[in-house]
Amino acid sequence: MSAASRQFFRDAAAKSADGELHQIVRRGVDSYDAAVLRGQARFVDWEAARRRCHEIRREAIDHLDRYLLEFERRVKERGGRVFWAETAEAATSYVLDLATRACVRTVVKSKSMVAEEIHLNDALEGRGIKVWETDLGEFIVQLRHEPPFHIVTPAMHLTREQIGDLFREKLGGVETDDPPSLVAVARRALRRAFFSAEMGITGANFLVADSGMIAITSNEGNARLCASLPRIQVAIVGIEKVIPRLEDLAILWPVLATAGTGQPITCYNTLVGGPRAPGETDGPEEFHVVLLDNGRTRLLADREQREALHCIRCGACLNSCPVFRTVGGHAYGTVYSGPIGGVITPHLAGLREFQHLSYASSLCGACTEVCPVKIDLHRHLLQNRRNAVDETLRPRSERIAFRLWRWAMLDAGRFRLYGWAARMALRLAYRVGFEGTALDPARAWTKDRAAPPIPRHSFRAIWRKTHGV
Amino acid sequence: MPKVALFIPCFVDQLLPEVGLDAARVLERLGFETLFPAGQTCCGQPAFNSGYWRDARPLAERFVRLFASADAVVCPSGSCATMVRRFYPELLAGTRQFAEAKSLGDRVYEFSEFLTGVAQVTDAGATFPHKVAYHDACHALRELDIREGPRRLLRGVRGLELLEMARSEECCGFGGTFAAKFAMISTTMGATKAENAEASGAEYLTSTDPSCLLHIEGILRRRRSPLRTIHLASILARTDADSAAQASRTAKAAK
Repeated sequence: MSAASRQFFRDAAAKSADGELHQIVRRGVDSYDAAVLRGQARFVDWEAARRRCHEIRREAIDHLDRYLLEFERRVKERGGRVFWAETAEAATSYVLDLATRACVRTVVKSKSMVAEEIHLNDALEGRGIKVWETDLGEFIVQLRHEPPFHIVTPAMHLTREQIGDLFREKLGGVETDDPPSLVAVARRALRRAFFSAEMGITGANFLVADSGMIAITSNEGNARLCASLPRIQVAIVGIEKVIPRLEDLAILWPVLATAGTGQPITCYNTLVGGPRAPGETDGPEEFHVVLLDNGRTRLLADREQREALHCIRCGACLNSCPVFRTVGGHAYGTVYSGPIGGVITPHLAGLREFQHLSYASSLCGACTEVCPVKIDLHRHLLQNRRNAVDETLRPRSERIAFRLWRWAMLDAGRFRLYGWAARMALRLAYRVGFEGTALDPARAWTKDRAAPPIPRHSFRAIWRKTHGV
Repeated sequence: MPKVALFIPCFVDQLLPEVGLDAARVLERLGFETLFPAGQTCCGQPAFNSGYWRDARPLAERFVRLFASADAVVCPSGSCATMVRRFYPELLAGTRQFAEAKSLGDRVYEFSEFLTGVAQVTDAGATFPHKVAYHDACHALRELDIREGPRRLLRGVRGLELLEMARSEECCGFGGTFAAKFAMISTTMGATKAENAEASGAEYLTSTDPSCLLHIEGILRRRRSPLRTIHLASILARTDADSAAQASRTAKAAK
């Protein structure tokens, strides 16, 4: 069992018992569900929209090489720079070098899961550079020294009272806990940061190949401030985010918004294509795009699971997942949590270390049902399990158990005999009051569940009596 | 008389024989001849879902051979029927039995699916004078697209009042080996399911899948809840005679 796996078991057990957390998450998901239903009803045919988005993303991923090169060419034509980062280290050192060269002391940052993935904030702060998260949710979890709880709604696990207390402690000037006044407090702090920052770091929701622009979606307008006020803008983006054409946004933007929050379209959708051009009144002097691989090409090489790269990070699978709602985002201990995290983390960060995430699912398929780009998420969880077995990464005891089980099941006589023996053993154990105790052979089941009454006769035994044969 | 081969899941055979017997009783009452291929053991799903495809494969091959000659195979579990119809073709892809597995998949039915789809039954002639809520089991719902059929059958039962529980489509947390590997998550999900079922005001929670019900029942009993679970086949097997017998027993007990 890996260290990550032991940690997951500990944290998941603790969070499974945290009724308060379940209530907060449930409230969030309930209002999300209602908004998404209303949002989907705005489409003439939501299913057709999902199919179209799936096709666009498949086209992009199947021809990733071509579209990325096209994107790079067009960004360079406009005077932007593109850096290909094979690893997280390559990406962070590019940004660190840039910041050092330009004497950057303050960075404003909009929401980016890729920046989380490469631990960019830690790296920058290690060099004495102050990083301001400017997305409200990210700002809140940054003040708490916590990773985001959810890829779209990072502070989903907190109540407004908790946020009020946090702001009182860290920022001051808090009068009431109602959202508008809390937002005003955050805004006062962030405005100052926007005007003093020398570097703005953003992610991107899409890389548009045919126009050489990055598309950034936000609800607070913070991303476009990050992209326009500071002297230097850096966008850090996974290579899978490319899409072929500008017109694809006509369907991807509303589908992303609907699946992410239920909105018809997110409030601010910004396209940035390069540094300030002569004659323009605003925009950064330098524009950099860091294209991050960090294991994505390994997933690309896996024909069976390549489509996991279609993901547009809307978070719908997290909201739909009963396991996510039970253990919460932090228990996963990874940047990407929930079903999509369980699928891609073993590819990006290692199957040996993170196989448990693919097993921590009832395979109910709710995620696959909601995915707006139609990724067969629960099937990929299963394929990860099969890969873990095939690569002999499972415990020896489990391998032997399944081998024995197979041997028993390959013969009806053995099945009947062992079934009978197991039933008799359980009947005896429960008659003497072992149910649910350490002496119960079925304790994994009976610790928190009552054992069913164990019948004396099996179906086949009764059938033989009533029907013959 | 049309013949139906019974596919009785291994845990139903060992732990819940009445579910299999009730399914057979309903089919026989509707005029089907039932047979039980006695060589059957397990379809292989526990191994398949745990990633042990190589251990599941020989069981799948064995199952396909065993049921090869059946015209229709009926199973009182959406999950085990899913294993054969949806997962066997994947598991046996590239083997000699692939085509046979695919064709068998088309002839395997979940119990309610067979009644509504093939036998065209909406009134199975059952009586069950109780309030009942229906739990949509994940495999039946999302892999076999079974949603309305069981509800239609329940509405056809005399005396039965069908109640809709909140979030009937949310997983109960059973999930096969998941229930033991991640028991703390599984039972918390089960408790949520139990709460929603209790809040519906039903006396019984029913479903197509005995594994979900086994799990939920275990949680309900630990909670000392008055709510009981009952498989759909067991509801449809109850006739007027059964409830008359029950009523006279209750009357005697009252005296």
